[in-house]
Amino acid sequence: MREFHGRVVTPGTVTAEALVSHGGLNTLASFQKALQFGDKKATCGDQNNPDLYGKQMLGKALCLPMTIGSTTGGLVLYCACAMHRQPACMLFSEHIDSLAAAGAVLADVWVDGVTMPVIDCLGSEFLDYVKDGMQITVKEDGTVCVD
Amino acid sequence: MNLTKEQQAVLDGAKGEVMAKVMKTLVMYGEAFGAERMVPVTSKYNHLVTSFGLKMMKPVFELMQQLIDAGVASGQKFSVDPRPLDGNVPANFLQKLIFNQFMYSKQDFYEGQLEKLGLMDENAFTCTCYMDEVGNKPQKGEVLSWAESSAVVYANSVLGARCNRNSGIIDIMGSIAGCVPEFGLLTDEGRRATWIVEIKTTKKPEAQLLGSAIGMKVMEAVPYIKGLDQWLGTELNDAVCTYLKDFGAATASNGAVGLYHVENLTPEAVEQGSALIAEDAQVYVIDDAELERVYRSYPVIWKNTEATPKLCFMGCPHMSLEQLKSWTDKVEAGLKEAGNRRVVIPTVFTASPAVLREFEKTPYAARLKATGVITSYICPLMYMNNPLCAKMPVITSSNKLRTYTTSRYYTDDEILMQITKGGAEK
Repeated sequence: MREFHGRVVTPGTVTAEALVSHGGLNTLASFQKALQFGDKKATCGDQNNPDLYGKQMLGKALCLPMTIGSTTGGLVLYCACAMHRQPACMLFSEHIDSLAAAGAVLADVWVDGVTMPVIDCLGSEFLDYVKDGMQITVKEDGTVCVD
Repeated sequence: MNLTKEQQAVLDGAKGEVMAKVMKTLVMYGEAFGAERMVPVTSKYNHLVTSFGLKMMKPVFELMQQLIDAGVASGQKFSVDPRPLDGNVPANFLQKLIFNQFMYSKQDFYEGQLEKLGLMDENAFTCTCYMDEVGNKPQKGEVLSWAESSAVVYANSVLGARCNRNSGIIDIMGSIAGCVPEFGLLTDEGRRATWIVEIKTTKKPEAQLLGSAIGMKVMEAVPYIKGLDQWLGTELNDAVCTYLKDFGAATASNGAVGLYHVENLTPEAVEQGSALIAEDAQVYVIDDAELERVYRSYPVIWKNTEATPKLCFMGCPHMSLEQLKSWTDKVEAGLKEAGNRRVVIPTVFTASPAVLREFEKTPYAARLKATGVITSYICPLMYMNNPLCAKMPVITSSNKLRTYTTSRYYTDDEILMQITKGGAEK
């Protein structure tokens, strides 16, 4: 098991299976199919992301460098949370970007009863180490344990 | 974050629970980036990204209704991204049924919400709000609370305004509060380039292809582009601004670029030159081979990759008046060369309602109509985002549309050949 320490953007604790994107997550392209057409497993629809395309994001510990793409990204993430189709947590190797931060904050402030811990600044070593299917535990202080 | 007394009072609930949540959202958003204070929004108008009454966006409608019910309408009037529906655009019975009865059944309701919140006017629906014809063109140095990635990157880069890549909903909250957290592209340091891009092509690079290459390489960083002025010149005229519009949209959608500097061309690069480049900036060299590599890397996700295109979309982001005119000339010349009178693939050129209104006043409008090209104010991206249209072989020269939909990218020259003659080798 290895521990990584990041910065807490939105707090919470969770244990979930890792799903890893080595490229930026295009939030709109990834979630639009899930939100628009009732895919409750939130299957990633981003054709440009070979790591995630076609994989279920619901309930996964989504490990990524950053999010990219349209500025609807934050509200798409907010909708995913409000509709209970969000990842278990989002773990960024780099500093969080403005769209992901917006989504995380909007969900935290405006959605009741949903917790999606968001940790950033985990470092490139984190993304090099973690693989799909590994067990991830997020602690309140931003510690991420990868088993 | 250090808030003023007034901002702190709002956060503490002096203007009600909803305003407190608006301020809390902005404070938390800023704190994620180490912002130390709020700065006033100084532009005349705002621009919102969310224009579509998609049924699935119930959480957004509910949030907007909370704002309306609390009487916290936007302090600025605003434009908003294009409408997702237009009867001018070809659609079969089933598609129309799905668009109107299922997907966008909340469109009228949502447009009603936008009016209550401060929509500029009923035709203020476009992603190119900064066009002169539309009238939402910020001045250099003004602070914005905009969203829409293509508009933000244009406002920052070509107009010299200051705006972060805000998300939908955050956009209107900054306008309601009258302030935004100061970080990133609002600061001098955040506007410095951490990438140098050297253009070494043997011809003028395709705007949407060059933007895509840079976006995918630098992601959210600020690039300083050298060598592009040899192809574009040093004057921000209509044709150059059109090029930069399409280039920027590709950097923003294929990556996450919010600001670029073009040496000897864009305002801050003209003023400050290489002083804008941060120490230890990385270098990316783009030549013909690199553009070809990027082009070849795009996946074609049509079920039948040899299918004959059923539709062509041009105008994501919306076309400029200059672009509509120059494409009218190109289509006419292409048809003449091919010996055809009308385009051989149903083709839609999209532009803002205000630009289309001006275009209609010119002789070009009748000429374009005679070629069979349809004009529309629709958002092609919203049109494509459903299973029926996703199965259609649609072609485009928009790298943004390619990124978010199943449409297939071709260069402008290839698109011209496809729609006037039919067929293009890739």
